[in-house]
Formats: sequence, structure tokens, C-alpha cells
Amino acid sequence: MAEPNLFRLRTDPAHGAPAVPLADYQAGGTVVRLEPGDDARLLIPHLASLRRIDIAFPKFREGRGFSSARILREAGFTHEIRAVDVLYVDQLMFLVRAGFDAVLPETPIDPAVAERTLKRFPFVYMKATDAAAPVWALRDRA
Amino acid sequence: MYRYDEYDQAIVDARVAEFRDQVERRLKNEISEEAFKPLRLMNGLYLQLHAYMLRVAIPYGTLDSRQMRMLAHIARRYDRGYGHFTTRQNIQYNWIKLAETPDLLADLASVEMHAFQTSGNCIRNISSDQFAAAAADEIADPRPYAELLRQWSTLHPEFSFLPRKFKIAVTGSTIDRAAIQLHDIGLQLVQNDAGEIGLKVLVGGGMGRTPMLAHVIRDWLPLANYLSYMEAILRVYNRHGRRDNIYKARIKILVNDLGAAEFARQVEEEWAQVKPLGLDPPPSELARIAAHFAPPVLDANAPVEIDLSNPDFANWVAVNTHPHKAPGHAIVTISLKAPGEIPGDASADQMDIIADLAQRYAGDEIRVTHAQNLVLPHVRRADLFDLWQVLKAAGLATANLDRASDIISCPGLDYCTLANARSIPIAQRLAVKLAPQEADLGELKIKVSGCINGCGHHHAGHIGILGVDRKGEENYQLLLGGSGAEDATLAKILGPGFDENGIVTAVEKVIDRYKTLRAGPAERFLDTYRRVGAEPFKEAVYG
Amino acid sequence: MPRLLTGNRLETGDVLWWAGSDWSLHLNDAVAVDDDGEALLARLLPQERINDLALIDVDATENGWRPRSTRERVRAVGPSVRPDFALPSLPVDAI
Repeated sequence: MAEPNLFRLRTDPAHGAPAVPLADYQAGGTVVRLEPGDDARLLIPHLASLRRIDIAFPKFREGRGFSSARILREAGFTHEIRAVDVLYVDQLMFLVRAGFDAVLPETPIDPAVAERTLKRFPFVYMKATDAAAPVWALRDRA
Repeated sequence: MYRYDEYDQAIVDARVAEFRDQVERRLKNEISEEAFKPLRLMNGLYLQLHAYMLRVAIPYGTLDSRQMRMLAHIARRYDRGYGHFTTRQNIQYNWIKLAETPDLLADLASVEMHAFQTSGNCIRNISSDQFAAAAADEIADPRPYAELLRQWSTLHPEFSFLPRKFKIAVTGSTIDRAAIQLHDIGLQLVQNDAGEIGLKVLVGGGMGRTPMLAHVIRDWLPLANYLSYMEAILRVYNRHGRRDNIYKARIKILVNDLGAAEFARQVEEEWAQVKPLGLDPPPSELARIAAHFAPPVLDANAPVEIDLSNPDFANWVAVNTHPHKAPGHAIVTISLKAPGEIPGDASADQMDIIADLAQRYAGDEIRVTHAQNLVLPHVRRADLFDLWQVLKAAGLATANLDRASDIISCPGLDYCTLANARSIPIAQRLAVKLAPQEADLGELKIKVSGCINGCGHHHAGHIGILGVDRKGEENYQLLLGGSGAEDATLAKILGPGFDENGIVTAVEKVIDRYKTLRAGPAERFLDTYRRVGAEPFKEAVYG
Repeated sequence: MPRLLTGNRLETGDVLWWAGSDWSLHLNDAVAVDDDGEALLARLLPQERINDLALIDVDATENGWRPRSTRERVRAVGPSVRPDFALPSLPVDAI
């Protein structure tokens, strides 16, 4: 994948090491790649070593990666979670809310569309891994 | 009923703007069709045989007169003057243009309506009991729980690319008018000995290629945590539901493969992980929503006795009204099944008339039933005659609720790209044929689907008909003995299929045999079938 | 057996028939594509302006084309249960 396609929402330097497939991952490794059928919870003992987790979306509409990312954030992982392969800009809101902070898609993401997409919804209905307060919390404060 | 606050309105407005942007980009070829198709499906827009079809959401089948008038406006402005009420309590328009859809959605948003997630591999419309808040057999109104689920499931980041569509139904009564055993998740309000309300949770029901009844996976779920429990169910499904074969991708397959006990265990295990994460709103949110569903103020002095000397009116009252829990009131079902008409269709003019009637006589509320009819839930008995006369003039006073001519039919091959055979003409022919004797036949639920996807719910029909393609010709299979009520069963195929004339004759033979076998005129066809089995009917049809 | 190329217009969803150099709303303007069919389809598909492109089998009759499948006859005419919407390509009872 050409790095120019990397769309990244983090401000820290990207950790550039290549991702190792989960089957080949050794304790202490800093980057791993999860396929849709991999169990993200297998990484929980290794979150302290990991600097980046790539989660693959080999086909469009493959939805398991959203669960994987969210599970990793729930387990306390704070470094980069990168969505890779077949992804489109219109999925950006779902990706961000599920815990992704970088996307490396096959088709480049138009930055203008990305910006519009990320700013589109002023409110969200349910609590996810991002910082957005769900509407019921805003109502509760009022 | 629920009213949007500024947050709800902002979300639906943002969604309209988002779709407008996506349509513009698609029309300029800035998005591929592959990327665009799921986006338009998530806004309820299908490409059918003749044009785009838009499925507008009617959350748990409840709307008011202002919204019904808007549906009439949509029919006139963007379609060909009519709409079709569906088996999931939504409405469909068949002649929509993609380029006009953003304006259409903006019009809907102006009256707190939308087409979110009425298609696609996401959580669909939460359906419910069309007699909610009116029937005496209810523990509590199920719709606040449905509304909370609607909000939670809207644009859910983790569950918008599920293996397949996901359908949830909620009921507040043991009399199941919501068919909860035939949904991916069915929820039933239950009450414990302390009088507290909780939820019984069923998972894994559905029709289609592999029909199955749902399993109870939890007898009691406290209301305080039901959203996080739903998250657990959906996460187990999202992670483990099959994605290799669209006919094996519903949650019912997963529940069946694992077994209900193991599935329930995996849900509990996941729930233990997610329950502490603060996903559940505080009780004040459910209370806030429930306040919108406060019972209407009804006339406490409404007379019970009314003049039934007009025999047509008396018949309509007997067949199409249901007792209301408030004395002197009734629940009215408006039949959209006049024999020979298209089941579930209503013209824009008819929608406007029903809106007026709702406002004048029914506390400004209308319900859509999953049998493709409409309900006015809170009508004074003293007003029934005036109401009936208006309905009669509009062709909406057919007295056939749950009778032989009250047939459910999917749009079928006349409209739908998925269909193998036409279903509406079958329903029309049967309705016309059977209407003259339907009073004698009593409750008889006939359901017709034009393909195995089963949107006509044929597996839940006392008599079910499935259209198939047999060597390039339309062919129809006959199934008997299904029910979507609390006594749920799946209809079974009787024997080889028929052509269009053959299926009509076969149904008539089944009915004639029923009449000779029934224990008395009060024994329903379904009960006779359950008592005597398929053999006598097989013999009557096939000789 | 003759084949026609059909699809639905992206903007409107209208049923279209390939009429040789452009698309038509009317079945009887369609031209048989035969051997050119796959090449034509391959050329049009990436343009992504016409959805559900398909080559369909038809018979030539004295009144024009008659699609072989019920589905395509319904597409050509309109819903059999709404003869008021019927396009003038086939009589409704030909479905």
C-alpha cells in the first residue's frame, strides 16, 4: 500500500514498523495485524508492548473489524489502531467512533470529504469508544 | 407519542445533509456504485424492477395525522399518488428517483420522520404491538422501550456492517401481536412478584430460507441494563455470525449452530465485559421517553351502548373493532384489503382522510400493523358510526380483519427484483373468491410471498403461499399450519406446487375440506389443522 | 435467439433499453445486440451511469419484442396489477 493513502487522525509520529500477522506475533512485538476472524482479545496480554494494531477489511461491508477495534479500546489500548484495505470515506464516522484513528485504504480518501464527514453529526445517540457524549448524557445534564 | 427534541432533530437533519452530499457525489461519479450502494440502502433506498423504492420508517408503527399527511404529500410529489404499508409497519414508495430523494428526506425530516436503516445489514425498524396503550391485555406500553432501542441502534458504529439485516420486535402483552418469536431479537415485557417490569429476551427467530422460532435466552432482564445486554447480543452476532453465505448469515443460524444455551452463555460472557462501561442510560432517560407515551386523556363518560341497527355497521363493529381498556372506547382497524385491491396499498387521498379521522376521532394517533392494515387506537364508541361512514365513502370500511380476504401479500414480481413470482394477483383472486364465505370461515390468515425471502410471512400463515420459479414459469407452493402469534408454529409445505389457477383451486379445496372436518363453526382452520394433521388436506388437494 | 441490453437509469431508476446508439424508455426501440452484447456491457459497466446492466433473451413477434421471462416482461410493461401505469410496449396481459 502506498503510504500517501494513509489518513491519520493522530498527531504523534506514526510507528512505521511492518505489521506481523497475529499467527506470527511474538511477545514484545510492536505491530500486529488482525484479520476479520481473529480474536482481538488474544492481544490483551500484549497491549503494553504494542504501538500499532492494523485491522484488515479485505472486503467491503466486512464489519468484524469494528468490534475488534472497540474491544481493544475497551481493554485500554491507547496507541494507533489502523483500518486497512477496502474502506471508503463514508465509513469514517463509524471507524472513528469504534476506536480507529488511522485508515490506510486502497482507494485514497478525499480530505475535503473526510473533513465534512467527520464534522457532519453534532450529536450521537450511543456511547462508543470516542469522547462524544451520547445524547442521553447531554439530556441528563440539562 | 415520541416527540423529537433538538438533539433528535439535529441528528435527522445531519443525516439528510449527509445523504444529499453522497447522492451528489454519486451523480458526479465521485463515489463508485460499490461504495454507494450500502449507503443508499442504509437510507432505505432500493433499486427495484421499475424504479427506486424508498422504505420510510414508521418507528414501532406509530404516527400522527401531521405525519400521515406528509406521507400523502410524498406520494403525490415524488411518487404516483400511493404508498404501500409493509409487514414491518413501514411504508414503501415504488417510483422514486434517486436525484429527488434528498429533498424527499428533507420533507420527512420536517415532521420528525426518516428512512434510516430500513434496509442494509444493520438494525432495522423496531416493530411492536399495534394495540399498544389501548388493549387491556397489556402489562405496559412497549413503545418507550422500542424508542430507546431505536435511538441506540441509529448509526451505531459497531453494528452498521452486520453479517445481515437485524430485526427486533417488542411486545407488552402475552397476546403476541408483534410476532416476537419470528424476529432476530424478540422482547416481551414481564412482571415479577414485586410488580417490577423487566424483559424476557428471545433470540434467533425468523422466516426466509430456514425458518426458525426464537429461543428464550433470558427469562428476566432488568430494564436498567437492557441496552448493554443488546450490545452483547449484537457483538456476539457481529463477531461470529456467518459471512460466507447470505442464506446462512442471520443470527438464527448462529443460535441454531451453537445451541441456545451456549449462545446465551456467550452473550452473558460478553455482557460481563460491557456492562461496566457505562453504555446504559440512567433511568431518567427511559422515564423521559415514557412520558411522551403517557396515556391519552379519554372521555370518562363515553357511552358504551351504541345504535347497531344498521346491519353493515354492526358487522363492521363486530369484525373490525377491538375492546379498548377504557370503557366506552374501541380500537378500530382500517382494512387496506378491500377484495380485488392491492393489499396494504393506500392512495394519497385515503391517507389524508385517515389523517383527518385520526385527528378528529382517535386522539391524533395512527398505527400500522404488520398485517398491512392501519389502526385508530382510541375511538369513542359513540363516534364509530360517523367514522365508519367516512371510511365507507373512501373504500376503507371492509369488515375483514383476520378473515380470509385479509390477506398479507408482499409486492412480489410486479415490483421486486428479488421475487420469483407475482404475489399480488394471487392475493387478489383469493380475496375475491373467499370474501363471500369468510364470515362462516372465521379467523383465517392467508399470507403470500413472491420469493423465499418471505416478506409476506408465508411461514406464519394459517395458509401460506410461496411463489417460486419453476423452469422459467411462476409456480406456487402451498403451506399449512403456521402462526405468528403467541402459539407460534411454522407452516409446512403440503406437496408439489401449482400454477396460478392451480393454487387458487388448491386453497379452495383446503377450505372446503376444513368445513367438513371442523369440530364446529367456532373451530378455526388452524385448530382443525392442528387437530387432524396434514393428511386430510393433502388428500383433498392431491387426491 | 435475439438478446437485448437493458438496465436502469442511475438518476431516476427508469427501465432502459439499448437502442443502438443511445438508451430508450421503450422496449420496441431496442435493437438486438447478439455477439456485441458482452463487449457493449463491458464498455458501459465501468461508466457507472446505468445500474443492473443485463443481457436478456427475447423473441421477435409481429408486435415487437417479447421478453422470455416474466420478470423482464414486467420490467418492460410495469406492474401487472396497475394497468394504468402500463408502458406501451406489450399488452399488460402478455405478462
